[in-house]
Amino acid sequence: MSNDRPSSDLTVPAATGAVSARGDVPERFENPGLPPHQPRRADSEPAADKRAERQVVALFGVSILGTIGVIVTYFVYPHDPSIESMRTANMLLGIGLFLGMFGIGAAAVHWAKTLMSDHEQAEARHPQRSDAEVRAGALQALSDGAQDSGIGRRGLLKGAVVSAVALAPLSIAVPLIGQLGGDWDVSKFRHTMWRSGTRLARDPSGTPIRAADVTIGSVYHVIPEDLRESDHWIEEKAKAIVLLVRLDPQDLVESDERRDWSHEGIVAYSKVCTHVGCPVALYEQQTHHLLCPCHQSTFDMADGAKVVFGPASRALPQLPITVDDAGYLVAQSDFHEPVGPSYWERLK
Amino acid sequence: MKAIAARRNHRFAPVVLLALALLVTGGLYAAFAPSASSAQTPSASDVEIGSRLFQANCATCHGPDAAGRAEAPSLIGVGAASVDFQVATGRMPMQMNSPQAPAKPPQFDDEQVRQLAAYVASLAPGPAIPTAEQVDPELGDAANGMVLFRTNCAMCHGAAGKGGALTEGKYAPTLEGVEPRHIYEAMTTGPQSMPVFNDANLNPEEKRDIIAFLAEQERGAAGGAELGSIGPVAEGLWAWVVGIGLLIACAVWIGAKSS
Repeated sequence: MSNDRPSSDLTVPAATGAVSARGDVPERFENPGLPPHQPRRADSEPAADKRAERQVVALFGVSILGTIGVIVTYFVYPHDPSIESMRTANMLLGIGLFLGMFGIGAAAVHWAKTLMSDHEQAEARHPQRSDAEVRAGALQALSDGAQDSGIGRRGLLKGAVVSAVALAPLSIAVPLIGQLGGDWDVSKFRHTMWRSGTRLARDPSGTPIRAADVTIGSVYHVIPEDLRESDHWIEEKAKAIVLLVRLDPQDLVESDERRDWSHEGIVAYSKVCTHVGCPVALYEQQTHHLLCPCHQSTFDMADGAKVVFGPASRALPQLPITVDDAGYLVAQSDFHEPVGPSYWERLK
Repeated sequence: MKAIAARRNHRFAPVVLLALALLVTGGLYAAFAPSASSAQTPSASDVEIGSRLFQANCATCHGPDAAGRAEAPSLIGVGAASVDFQVATGRMPMQMNSPQAPAKPPQFDDEQVRQLAAYVASLAPGPAIPTAEQVDPELGDAANGMVLFRTNCAMCHGAAGKGGALTEGKYAPTLEGVEPRHIYEAMTTGPQSMPVFNDANLNPEEKRDIIAFLAEQERGAAGGAELGSIGPVAEGLWAWVVGIGLLIACAVWIGAKSS
């Protein structure tokens, strides 16, 4: 069938969408049928037949050995809690289970392919449409049923059944939608639990931090001191986590309105990346760069945590801090902008 | 025994007893006292030899008075801990300029490192080398160490301490096989890109807990092959390339005709 290949002058007229044949392309392709049957070597050569049988037996044998291996491993490493023996046991159990299952599957496939009958069989498609008599019978049955129910005559009954069926799903839908609407208070995404006077505390111990303890080059992972008093402290922590560093005040670049947000070179920034909200905490103290591990957004801690690289589109929100009478670091207020991914910035 | 008991009221008995008691006490002290090298305070000669080692090996970059130059930081006030970490892990002297000084076989023996540390510590007070007890993993609480490691260290060094990449060719090195002493010193001094975790941030007991957690990691995972423990990228690569590749190979084999 050398003329099966469509030639380059095949065109599709835009108006009809039909394919028109030109040159050596036929009007209609003939069904090429099945390729000629190729007998397998196992069908004609007894030696090949025996070999295939041995291969199948070997694959089943692999499965048996794997299962025996699992049982032996189970008893050799009974209840030893040491990591080394658990690791060996897990490895052996895994390999044994794999061989036990895969051996059976591979043997079955190989058996079917080499030894079972390989006659190609084709089943022609039949039309999906039933014949006229069956179709008429089905319609008759439907109309008989409708006639018998009297739904055409009894209007009230018809209304009742339609109403009941239509209302029934409400018993599921109403509670579902009601729960969805449980909390539409979007404004809470704009605030964290930092308040004026909240002490900055170490994560996870919750002990407050003295300004004098934060030496240059130090990094503190910070939570609000009263975090555990919150009813939903994990949710609150997710919003309120802060990274605290101290820089040489000479290195610090501060805008005029933020000049009193830091304390002697100590600055605090939200630890939630403004890209998609990963905890951004890889602080390189020599370059003052803060790297987000998820998408490599990099923020310059010395310059208002501005983005210097990566997909984040705005600087990390800064937490205004000062010190209280006892020398502990405290927040001046909440963040002045929503923390987290840039989406929330639009709520402002 | 009877002969000794008969003389217990002899007038020299207290003297003999006292001499015996002193002998036993002295012997026990000699047997159990900390060895001379670990408890020794640096002598003037250590500082002197250290100074000469410094002039010969370090002064080119750090300056003859260790005050630093454009390319190398001042070493005044970095303390003995910093010198012990940088020199005993082979990071210093640097072989060439690169984003980060890698660990390599150390160029100085323990004695020379001690002398260099003594010299730098004599310039200004700084963090000291921790004692053996401060870094003994046996004395730490690995569970508390895990909590602290997860908060303070895991973002750079990875959850299992196997290291990770930073920016512009810098990286957090693996903590596998690092001596506990050097882990402690890195926390107190903050070498290179690493921030400082001073005793107010992580107190000495907490540092020891972290060391105990890392010692637990050395024993490996219970779950079989770790694939380097460097996180989801390596595991995903195996699942997608090797795992799915094998599944496709099986599908092709099932679909192929037998010869």
